[in-house]
Amino acid sequence: MLSLKINGEEREVDDADPSTPLLWVLRDELGLVGAKFGCGIARCGACTVLLDGAPVRSCSVPVAAATEGEVTTIEGLADESDELTPVQQAWVDLDVAQCGYCQAGQIMAATALLARDPDPDDAAIDQAMAGNLCRCGTYTRIREAVKVAAGRAWEARKASPARDGGDPA
Amino acid sequence: MNAYDDLQGLAERMDALPIDIAPRKVSRRRFMQLTGVVGGGLMLGFTLKGREAEASSTFEPNAFIRIDADGILIHAKNPEVGQGVKTSLPMIVAEELDTAWDDVTVAQSPVDEEAFGFQMAGGSMSVPMNWDVLRQSGAAARAMLVGAAAKQLGVAASELATRDSKVIHESSGRSLHYTELADAAATLPVPEADSLRLKDTSEYRLLGRRITGVDNEALVRGEALFGIDQTLPGMKFATYSKCPAVGGTVVSANLKAVKALPGVVDAFAIGGNEAVGLLPGVAIVADSTWAAIRARRELKVEWDESNAASDSWSAVTAKAEELRSKPGATRPVDDGDADAALAAADQRVGAYYTYHFASHAQLEPQNCTAWRHDGIMELWAPTQLPGRGRQAVADLLGLDKPKVAVNQLRGGGGFGRRLHNDFMVEVAAIANRLDVPVKLQWTREDDMSHDTFRAGGFHQVDAGLDAEGRVTAWRDRFITFSRDGNRPVSGGSLSPRVFPAGVLANCRYEQTALEWKTPCGPWRAPGSNVFGFVEQSFIHELAVAAGRDHLELLLEMFGEPRWLAEGDPRALHTGRAAGVVKLAAEKAGWGREMPGGRALGLAFYFSHAGHIAEVADVSVDASRRVTVHRVTAAVDVGPIINLSGAENQVQGSIVDGLSTMLGQAVTFENGRVEQSNFDAYPMLRMANTPALDVHFIESDYPPTGLGEPALPPLAPAVCNAIFTATGHRIRTMPIAREGYSMA
Repeated sequence: MLSLKINGEEREVDDADPSTPLLWVLRDELGLVGAKFGCGIARCGACTVLLDGAPVRSCSVPVAAATEGEVTTIEGLADESDELTPVQQAWVDLDVAQCGYCQAGQIMAATALLARDPDPDDAAIDQAMAGNLCRCGTYTRIREAVKVAAGRAWEARKASPARDGGDPA
Repeated sequence: MNAYDDLQGLAERMDALPIDIAPRKVSRRRFMQLTGVVGGGLMLGFTLKGREAEASSTFEPNAFIRIDADGILIHAKNPEVGQGVKTSLPMIVAEELDTAWDDVTVAQSPVDEEAFGFQMAGGSMSVPMNWDVLRQSGAAARAMLVGAAAKQLGVAASELATRDSKVIHESSGRSLHYTELADAAATLPVPEADSLRLKDTSEYRLLGRRITGVDNEALVRGEALFGIDQTLPGMKFATYSKCPAVGGTVVSANLKAVKALPGVVDAFAIGGNEAVGLLPGVAIVADSTWAAIRARRELKVEWDESNAASDSWSAVTAKAEELRSKPGATRPVDDGDADAALAAADQRVGAYYTYHFASHAQLEPQNCTAWRHDGIMELWAPTQLPGRGRQAVADLLGLDKPKVAVNQLRGGGGFGRRLHNDFMVEVAAIANRLDVPVKLQWTREDDMSHDTFRAGGFHQVDAGLDAEGRVTAWRDRFITFSRDGNRPVSGGSLSPRVFPAGVLANCRYEQTALEWKTPCGPWRAPGSNVFGFVEQSFIHELAVAAGRDHLELLLEMFGEPRWLAEGDPRALHTGRAAGVVKLAAEKAGWGREMPGGRALGLAFYFSHAGHIAEVADVSVDASRRVTVHRVTAAVDVGPIINLSGAENQVQGSIVDGLSTMLGQAVTFENGRVEQSNFDAYPMLRMANTPALDVHFIESDYPPTGLGEPALPPLAPAVCNAIFTATGHRIRTMPIAREGYSMA
């Protein structure tokens, strides 16, 4: 029995081999199918989730390595009122996706970036998103959506500075 | 006949379809034949399901629309693999229905070709094949709702208007929502198609706008949508191992040892069935995907490769090198006398172009779920061609077609790969041995080793110029592949309409097919995705040789505005071609002064009835490191359905074209693919993505599809720019083979 903290909840996993990639535990054992299988060798980023806020390729992280930290998957982004985060909303508003298969990973990478750097320039975006392939080629929209989300997050903080405890100015 | 040939036949028919289904000319009977719908009171899919006789609270005037007190549902009939049809096709219905888009719920339709007509994601055909029938479906429902409102309000139908899901009586200020009229409308007869008035494009309120994809909210929440996301109670998980060289059969395997591994439920060998595209292999069924993948590492199979592929890229490259100086076996195009015109030319230009095989590399590896229950085989499939898959499974299992049910799921990319339903027959063969549902999961390595590849190819092209620098002769000796020694593989079929046939008096395409056993299949813009590179690069070579401006030469070749096939609105129109070339050139600032090492390159290509020109702004450094700063595209595919989706397809095609041109090559030795994953098959990343500038010419022709035609012009546009910037002509793809990389 392994215990994981995922999206703020404690989840028990029966019979998991500690070397099983986190991705397959999420998908097959816990029913969290947002993270996707693309390559299995950490080259495409479709399986990206956050471990203690940092993007990791869950296809190549043994589940045992995730037991100590907090895992966030795309299912954990929208808040309890079910409102989309600025990143998710920007993805919808800009109609970023084509097939959409990579986009959960892209959104997780973008979420981690904006948590670290609320106003990234193009180079910072390109660098942070370099591990996430989009076979459909939606990169220009992804880049734009990150900027829109950054702007929105900024606006939201200005509107309610108490929410994350700081004045953006 | 086997499954690959069948697929190839389909691709050829898709090439032919544009000619046959010219929407404004086709007879009703022919239209119904093409879309697979027969009978019914009206055109396509109009079935009343016996509802006219009884009072009903649900209004279903046809298969596409269902209105009841709770809302308005529109069925999306074709598979969604990223081309946007789950949004764009229902938009067409909604426009004629005159419903507010926000009122509409879109649902993926059942796989039922009797009700919905041919269901396919392929050939950029979803919009052109369904344009008329979807508009008629919406208009018929609207007419019935108006009829119901007329009765209810006691006024003439002619006094009523519709807007935002309401029937409105302007003079009295009264209105009724469609959901309030469903009961009454359901009792009315469906009008004849001929009696319907379809909107003029100037009346559109929805079409042409930017509409976000109907699945986007579910996508960003990570909800289950894709084939790989399917789960069923009690479901098991399977892998399937095939011989690395296609055609190898199982002699023996250590099944007993594998069955003893943790989490493994069963392991067994499956014989092949070439007619339905099932290759022999070994299935491992386990309690989880990882248990199956882990167990597979211990699997040892002895293969009999006596009839397996032994294809070798180095061998065919050498063979083509020999053949290129000799006349080809056939002449798919032979206008005038190309040899004589070449001999008479004032200047002769020749070049040898080559390109490698390529993988589809759709990001979601193949998978499929199946469950044998209650005498049927039910599948959950991310396929581009569900009807074919259903038939293949029925044939494999000896079932009547109604005993095979297919649930269409979203595909994580298609690009033509999911037209071949090998994953469906494999999972059906596995599920047929089990009493529980099973999901088959391919690994990326499975996917890359058992693709239906885009064929490589070789072209010796020669052309003649007269003293004024006009093109007088064109001869392309095309060397491709054949699996049966006769018919070229998919992507190796030359259309008799390939440009510049039709604009040159002396034009010949010769063709020779080398023996090849590994399957090839349609890959986004089949044929065109490589022919465009050869043709449009070589035309630039001619402009350089003639000392002429590329744009000017291209426009001269188009000549007077005309259809190159008279009376066919899906043929190349030289005026539309000139229109996009001029627009792209103008928007990109063609002819302007550029800094050293930086240049513009131009290309045009016509495919899938789309006229598209692209200009690439490229710089190259001394180490052959390339920066593509911007690509400007001008596109004429008629009226735009969803502006956001259309623009996205063009943007994505440009990135796909760049990615493939740059570094993607699949090579073979001894029948084995030498690349296995993305570490050896690089895909473009965000930092190398150019600025993309997309312009539409919304001409007043029937709309055509946009999943494919924006890809072919990209590679020649970039390579022409590289030549202008550096003086080095690239004649092979991927260009990494000539030492180029992205800066």
